[in-house]
Amino acid sequence: MADHHNSSEKHEDKKHGYYTGDIHNQFVEEHHVENAVGIIWRTFWILLAITIFEVGIAFTSIPHDILIVVFILLTIVKAYYIIAFFMHLKHEKVSFKYSVLLPFVLILFFIVMAIVEGNYLNHMG
Amino acid sequence: MASETTVDQPSKKVWGGGISPFNVSWGKMYMWFFLVSDAFTFSSLIIAYGVMRHRFTEIWPKANDVFTHFPFLEGHIPLAYVGLMTFILIMSSVTMVLAVDAGHQRNNKSVAKWMLLTIIGGFMFLGSQAWEWYHFIHGTKQGAYIMFDGQVARPFVDYKTNAVDLNTLVLPSGEKVTGAAAEAIKAKSEHVHGANMIKNEYGHPLFANFFFFITGFHGFHVFSGVMINLIIYINVLNGVYVRRGHYEQIEKTGLYWHFVDLVWVFVFTFFYLV
Repeated sequence: MADHHNSSEKHEDKKHGYYTGDIHNQFVEEHHVENAVGIIWRTFWILLAITIFEVGIAFTSIPHDILIVVFILLTIVKAYYIIAFFMHLKHEKVSFKYSVLLPFVLILFFIVMAIVEGNYLNHMG
Repeated sequence: MASETTVDQPSKKVWGGGISPFNVSWGKMYMWFFLVSDAFTFSSLIIAYGVMRHRFTEIWPKANDVFTHFPFLEGHIPLAYVGLMTFILIMSSVTMVLAVDAGHQRNNKSVAKWMLLTIIGGFMFLGSQAWEWYHFIHGTKQGAYIMFDGQVARPFVDYKTNAVDLNTLVLPSGEKVTGAAAEAIKAKSEHVHGANMIKNEYGHPLFANFFFFITGFHGFHVFSGVMINLIIYINVLNGVYVRRGHYEQIEKTGLYWHFVDLVWVFVFTFFYLV
């Protein structure tokens, strides 16, 4: 027998969560994250430190090519922290994580192609 | 055999139908997939910028020389204001995720407080970006000279004293030209102030075009994000989510806002740092 729960009913579930309200009206658990606020602020400090470091080394006399690599790596680190913790992707199902992140492997390919093209244009046209 | 995948008889298999295989509501999943598509759009723009930048490496302006102003302060202060803008947007992302967390605690007042701070942060970023655009379009007092081959010669500025020497021109290669040679260049060049879609005093025209388009497209996303945040904030004040029993709408709104922050991190890196 189908057990219909109305998502607008305010009853306390033993599991903390809610009914999605869409056609499946599935119960989605809001799994409890330990020290959620602490993790949020820690992520903020990490992002701030990386940004200050980036702006700082921009003014040193480190060779520009090395700087570029460092900037891009640090930006990817910042992106990881924002996606994993602020957007909560770390706590989602693995299959969902992959469906969001795998297309960017294609973007990586695009970037490599574009750099090759840009280099070619620089020397030839 | 009658269909077994009816809505009121969800399959026990993850992909058997009737349930969300990812264990998220379609609204949240939709937002994620929309953000992926939007990320592709921004990636394409930034990659196009990269290709053009590398095509014209020799004459592409350095961000350190272009974005050197800070509100209410005189002098050559490169990258400081855009660093502050990055900090403001990251802060607003933090307040947004704190709003989501307050939603998990079902604390309506806290959600309202953090959402309001996020909206304020968003408006501060928009104002800052508008100020950046104004300065970019307005340009410096001394302007620059666009030579016949499109290269831009800029009057020399001593960054320690902020003195502008109109008789000394700096070529894109870094070489300085003074005296009669400088006058000869000035006579045959077009004196340009600021930037528009056709020419600018900083370097190649594409630099200004890409700056306007990418930061403008991003700014448009920030603006729409602030508007959405405002609507959701009003909903929170009206107790919509108290009645609904959950704050998933805050989470979905938060996803869009974090995406906006994420794009800015990349724009900041590729426009101002690299």
